[in-house]
Amino acid sequence: MSSNNALADVFEKRENEIASKWLELQFADGRKASPTAHTEAGRRSRDFLSALKNATRKDGTTDINGKEWAPVKDFLADLSAGQAKNGASPSETASFVFSLKQPVFAALREEHGKDATAFGDAIWDATQLLDKLGLLTTEIHQKSRESVISRQQQEMLELSTPVVRLWENILALPLIGTLDSARTQIVMQNLLEAIVETRSDFAIIDITGVPVVDTLVAQHLLKTVAAARLMGADCLISGIRPQIAQTIIHLGVDLTNVTTKATLADAFAVALKRSGHSVVRDAAKAGAPR
Amino acid sequence: MAMRVLNSESIPISTAEDIVRVRQAVRRSAVSLGFGIVDQTKIVTASSELARNALDYGGGGTVQVEVVQNETRSGVRLVFEDQGPGIPDIALALTDGYTSGNGMGLGLSGAKRLSHEFDIWSKPGSGTRVSILRWK
Repeated sequence: MSSNNALADVFEKRENEIASKWLELQFADGRKASPTAHTEAGRRSRDFLSALKNATRKDGTTDINGKEWAPVKDFLADLSAGQAKNGASPSETASFVFSLKQPVFAALREEHGKDATAFGDAIWDATQLLDKLGLLTTEIHQKSRESVISRQQQEMLELSTPVVRLWENILALPLIGTLDSARTQIVMQNLLEAIVETRSDFAIIDITGVPVVDTLVAQHLLKTVAAARLMGADCLISGIRPQIAQTIIHLGVDLTNVTTKATLADAFAVALKRSGHSVVRDAAKAGAPR
Repeated sequence: MAMRVLNSESIPISTAEDIVRVRQAVRRSAVSLGFGIVDQTKIVTASSELARNALDYGGGGTVQVEVVQNETRSGVRLVFEDQGPGIPDIALALTDGYTSGNGMGLGLSGAKRLSHEFDIWSKPGSGTRVSILRWK
C-alpha cells in the first residue's frame, strides 16, 4: 500500500522527466520517425502517463480490475485496437507499455535509492502493474484480430454462394472452396429459394471449384438434390473431375440416382435438351468472315 | 523392411477449421513426394474422413502427418489419435453404411479403400488410433 503511494508520488513529482525519457526510448530502436509521428507519440505518452498517475493515486493498489483503472484500460484498448488494424504486431503494442519500465525504475531509484526496502517494494509494484497492463494490450490485440477474422468469414459466407440463371428455367450454382456444414446450409437455402423465385425446372450444381469431395460433402450434395427434387426441380451435378470420380468410387458413395457430368457445359446441354430446347449452329454464318 | 520417417508434423484436431488444415498439410506432403493428382485426392479425402471421425466421434485429437521411405519406395503415412469413447465393434464400424452418428457410414471403410495400408486400434473408454499409408 505504502509503496504504491510511492509509485504515485514518483509519477506526480517526476512526470515530465519520465515522459521525456520514455519518448526517447520509444524512438531508440533507430527507426526514423516523421515529426508528426513524434508529436503523436509524445501526446500519446503524456496522456497515458497522466491516466496512470490518476489511477495509482486514486486506487492505491496494483489490481487493475478496480474501477479507477477504467480510463487507463480504455486508453490501452483504443491504442491496441488501432495498432492491430494498422497491422502492428502484438509485441510492438506491448513494448509501448514495457518500455516505460526503465524510466520509472530510474525515477524510483532517484527517490528511494537509499532505502533498499522501500525501493524494492516500489520496484515490485511498478513491475507488477506494468506487466499486467502490457499483457492487457496483447489480449486486446488478439481480440480485435479475431473480430476481423470472424467478420471476414461472414463476408465469405455471403459472397461464395451465388445462384446464377443460365436460361429460362435453368439455374446454376457454382460452388467454390470447402463445403463445411455452415456454408452448405446457406447454399441449400439459396438454391431452393431461387428455384421457387424463378420457377426453374433445372438446377445445376457445379463442383469444379471444390477441391475435396468426401462423404460429408457427398451427403450434402445428395440432400440438396433430394430437396430440389421434392420441389419439382431436376438437379444435375457437374464438374466431376477424374480424380474426384475415382475417389468417390473408392469411398463407396452412390451417385447413380443423380445425373452427373464432367463439365458445366455438358450439364447445361442436358438441361436444354430435357426442357425441349435445341441449339443449332448456322453453317452459313459460321464459315463467313465477321 | 526398415522404414524411415523423413518428415513429420503433428496437427491438433479440435475444430472444423482444423480439418481444413489437416487436408492442406496432407496435400503438401503428397505434392512434396510427387504424387499425381488422383493419388493426392485419394489420400487427402481419406485424411478428411478420418479427421472428421476423430472430431465428431472422438471429441477431437491429433494427426501425425509423416513422409516415410523404405528401401524401394516412399509414401505418406497418417496416424490419427483420439481419447474418445473408442469403438466397441471394429468390424461393424468398418461395414459400409453403418454409422453410430448421422453420416453416410462410409468414412472409415472408404478411408481404408483409399489407402494401401490401414490399421486400427481401439479400446472402449480410452480412445482410437487409425493409421493409413499411401505409397507413391
